[in-house]
Amino acid sequence: MKFDWSAVGDFMPLFWRGVVVTLEVLALGSLMAFALGLVWALAQRSSLKVVRWPVTALTEFVRNTPLLVQLFFLFYVMPEWGVTLTAMVTGVLGLGLHYSTYTAEVYRAGIDGVPVGQWEAATALSLPRSRTWIAVILPQAIRRVVPALGNYVIAMLKDSPMLFAIGVLEMLGQARQFSSQTFQTVEAYTVVGIAFILIAYPASLLLRALERRLVR
Amino acid sequence: MSADSTPNTPKNTASGNDVASGAASGASTNPAVDGSELIRFDKVTKRFGSHTVLDALDMNVYSGKHVTLIGPSGSGKTTILRLLMTLLKPDEGTITLAGEYLTHEKKGDKLVPASDKHSRQIRKNIGMVFQQFNLFPNMKVLRNITEAPVHVLGLDKDAAEERARELLDLVGLTEHLDKYPTQLSGGQQQRVAIARALAMRPQVLLLDEVTSALDPELVAGVLDVLRDIAHTTDITMLCVTHEMNFARDISDCVMMFDAGRVIEFGPPEQIFTDPEHERTREFLSAVL
Repeated sequence: MKFDWSAVGDFMPLFWRGVVVTLEVLALGSLMAFALGLVWALAQRSSLKVVRWPVTALTEFVRNTPLLVQLFFLFYVMPEWGVTLTAMVTGVLGLGLHYSTYTAEVYRAGIDGVPVGQWEAATALSLPRSRTWIAVILPQAIRRVVPALGNYVIAMLKDSPMLFAIGVLEMLGQARQFSSQTFQTVEAYTVVGIAFILIAYPASLLLRALERRLVR
Repeated sequence: MSADSTPNTPKNTASGNDVASGAASGASTNPAVDGSELIRFDKVTKRFGSHTVLDALDMNVYSGKHVTLIGPSGSGKTTILRLLMTLLKPDEGTITLAGEYLTHEKKGDKLVPASDKHSRQIRKNIGMVFQQFNLFPNMKVLRNITEAPVHVLGLDKDAAEERARELLDLVGLTEHLDKYPTQLSGGQQQRVAIARALAMRPQVLLLDEVTSALDPELVAGVLDVLRDIAHTTDITMLCVTHEMNFARDISDCVMMFDAGRVIEFGPPEQIFTDPEHERTREFLSAVL
């Protein structure tokens, strides 16, 4: 087996396009997972059963089925019901929704971790419910869970190649396309593998530093 | 019925424990007090599981009075404060503040458990300082104090900060307004918590063992601040404490609790020097 450095050079234009798509998916998917997860976590604390129950059912269902199945479902089944989305939009929705069920658990733990005295102090000051959440509980809860949320971002990065299965040309998709046209498989996949490490490892270092700063 | 006309009414809790009017204590330093009834517990029962913490308690507190609740732990003192702050709900009976139901509200001519909105409206007049301070660690000292006046009373930011600065001056922490609570000592945090409670200008201040979590050398600073407040304002205070000298110093009335009942009450000089009840004598000899 020969490693052809010129093939690496040839792959670069496609590779960079893939990197951009991967990072786009990751950024949008993370935002969605962070936002939706918070919605789930708050809904599950609702005093209303009609809010709590469907959310619990949905999140349990999504968490306990494979991401790939969900992606196929969104991409191939939804059009049958008249909802047709591009591969990119489907990918972001799928990834964001899937991971929102994990971040919901993270938020839940963070909210539970805020000492009961904080709720009592808010009551003693007659702060309205909404203000108690926004100014007192969530800032403390989220601060605690930033490292855990970060871990899920890295996990999402590593799951992003699944989007290739519905035709999103992220890094792996570009490598696959390049190698099937040039038959130079080693070079393209090696580059992609290294790229994942180069993104994920510094990110986890950054997270650890953040964790030291936040968790005092 | 007033405390000085019937200073010794042990056991007879059903007839009420009026912590009485202006005459209750010769030591009253609050001439401005109008002496009207402010807090009323009417046959309040509170149970935790099968354990009855308060047993059909009747109790009145008059406006401007400083009342100290003493007694062995588990006797229901803190429960009274927590019921007043609506952190707990009574199982039976009603609590009123200045004639308004705290735990209930009128729906037509029926009395129903209070909505969140109703109890929030009434409890605005009550402030509480906790054993563990419970400052908001995500906010600087100044914002800890301005948060509620801005978002509950609707003060504008400048007015709230002005008020906060005055209170920080009162508790001697002006130079710390820009710090986070964790940068302060326990005693300093508790003084901030006192300022935070006072910023709402409550009629009633509840003090729940406010020095119990402090290192011994920090206790005096906090008690000095409270003494100052007790002697210079006409705020009504309900205080649960193990600091008997402090209780003697600031109280118009001391109530001795045992097993969910008030077994004895009266002016501090009487309770501390000549208690009627054997149980009180035992308790005091153990703590003094």
